[in-house]
Amino acid sequence: MKRMASARPLARQRRDWLKASAGAAALAGLGWPLGAQANLGPRPARLITVGGSLTEAVFALGAQAHLVGTDTTSLYPAAAQETPKVGYMRQLSAEGLLALRPDVVLALAGSGPPLVLTQLRAARVQVELVERRHEWEDVRRTVQAAGRATGREAAALELQRQLDQRWATVRARIQAHTGARPRVLFIMAHGGSPLVAGRQTAAHAMLTLAGADNVISGFNGFRPLTAESMAAAAPDAIVTTTQSLQTIGGESAFWQRPELSLTPAWRRRHSGAALLHQDALALLGFGPRLPQVLEQLHQGLLRV
Amino acid sequence: MNTLALKRSGGAWLSQRPSGPVVLAGLTLALLLSLLWASGQGAFGLPLSELPAVLAAALWPTGERSAAELVFFNIRLPRLVLAVAAGAGLGLAGALMQGLFRNPLADPGLIGVSSGAALAAAFAIVLGSLWWPEVPLALGTWPLMLMAFLGGVVVTALIYALALSEGGTRVGIMLLAGIAINALAGAGIGLLSYLATDEQLRNLQFWMLGSLGGARWEAVWVVALIALLSALLALRLARPLNALALGEAQATMLGVPVERLKLLCVLLTALVVGAITATTGIIGFIGLVAPHIVRLLAGPDHRWVLPGSALLGATLVLLADAWARTVIAPAELPLGIITALVGVPFFLLLLRSAHARTL
Repeated sequence: MKRMASARPLARQRRDWLKASAGAAALAGLGWPLGAQANLGPRPARLITVGGSLTEAVFALGAQAHLVGTDTTSLYPAAAQETPKVGYMRQLSAEGLLALRPDVVLALAGSGPPLVLTQLRAARVQVELVERRHEWEDVRRTVQAAGRATGREAAALELQRQLDQRWATVRARIQAHTGARPRVLFIMAHGGSPLVAGRQTAAHAMLTLAGADNVISGFNGFRPLTAESMAAAAPDAIVTTTQSLQTIGGESAFWQRPELSLTPAWRRRHSGAALLHQDALALLGFGPRLPQVLEQLHQGLLRV
Repeated sequence: MNTLALKRSGGAWLSQRPSGPVVLAGLTLALLLSLLWASGQGAFGLPLSELPAVLAAALWPTGERSAAELVFFNIRLPRLVLAVAAGAGLGLAGALMQGLFRNPLADPGLIGVSSGAALAAAFAIVLGSLWWPEVPLALGTWPLMLMAFLGGVVVTALIYALALSEGGTRVGIMLLAGIAINALAGAGIGLLSYLATDEQLRNLQFWMLGSLGGARWEAVWVVALIALLSALLALRLARPLNALALGEAQATMLGVPVERLKLLCVLLTALVVGAITATTGIIGFIGLVAPHIVRLLAGPDHRWVLPGSALLGATLVLLADAWARTVIAPAELPLGIITALVGVPFFLLLLRSAHARTL
């Protein structure tokens, strides 16, 4: 019995190895840092990431050979979608995760249910949770955790140094900007009626970091908003996710929504600067792409 | 009885229905077979053929427990036991409700257990963080289970109290009060989900969809014990319920203490469905369909309908959950989706064909 159990993962591991190295070769062309690729030991730790930003960090470290599973929020890079999907981060299945024979499960805090995490620990899987507070430290914690889980602490330190540097540059540029802070509304429409972002959301944090004011400050979280309160909020520009724009049916369909027609942003809709959109995971995930996406957001808002 | 015989007998089919004990034996066999089959199902490659080795290793331990052993005894087995207990409890409660209301449309949700539990769960998930910020409130955590159980029992008590009058409880009023209170609970859940944060909304949503993922031994034992005791008690209600089927007045004349019977039915349903819903979230449809199928097979006698519904309910939940945890492995579908998605069309088909046969 014991012998059988150990023979199967070995075969599977070899298969994963082949798949992963093919993926790595494809990624090398995309400019991902793949420095430590040759240093993998005879048996890389089998890793499951739960949370798109964590998966991104593992790829950014070139450690994707360790990945044996990711959750449904892990959409970037495209190769992450080739890994077995363990479901939504709050509805994991203990047996499903264990079936992938992980050594480490790296998850965002709030993943669960809690009982599943307990069961994983009972099965001698190392479960590491990464806090998310919508701040720069999130990215550092994410990169460090990915480095620890894959045995690439040195590469993680180097990546973090580069990201820190880039972050400092972007932030300095934003803080040096002395013009009026644009008043911005964040809209998300991933199915169902469009919701606007209030305080204590990743979107609110991003708007603030980009040097804008969120026009919604009366509530926490995401809520639907009526046309009248939209008009009262009077945003100069609207930020949304690329996925929301697709759901609504493109830019022209977006501006045809009745609740937007009384806003200053709507009157300037043909200027090209009144509607900005970014990939949802990059914009709200607080992963390694944060400096880059914040810079783009800031550049976009400068034109408002 | 083969299909040819069925066809030949035509309209006389009803009188040739298999006897109650035969149906019960068949259902027991079906339950045992599904239990055996479901033990070999799961995302973790641990087929039935490897189970004897796992069991042997558990009985005569030889050092550290293997991964297969941990998966089977900590994750899969408690789920199987919970599936049997929850399915049996829901089937039984459905049979009790349909007997009490003398209405084939009745299900345990009618007396407010599920909606009460859901409302309390929503309350705990959304507002609980204000009082217990450190306590995780997701499916399968103790505070949530306790709240849901209490919510189910309290709302049922409220509906029962509303139906009380000087001449005893009026079942018709109980039914209407049940519908009204269910609607009210629905509004409350709507309001709470509007107030909820994204994370809370997700937790609430998964709770409402039902899952056996919260199965751990401590909780499973409680549910199994409650289901077993309720089943033993409920079986003694078979003859009184048969009398009640003739009408309340007739039952009273036959010497059935009708008021006590009603109270017992409501109490048992509240306890058993409350405990199950608290552990698994809402698993719809089993309580409605299991008694129906048993009645189609064995006739309306509660001596067969009550135990038969428990057996069939357990089998249905076992099969549905085996599917839920393998169909999109390594992820998992919520169980409530499957019981409705697969069960409802099957049920409609069954109703149509049974109807055609009895015409």
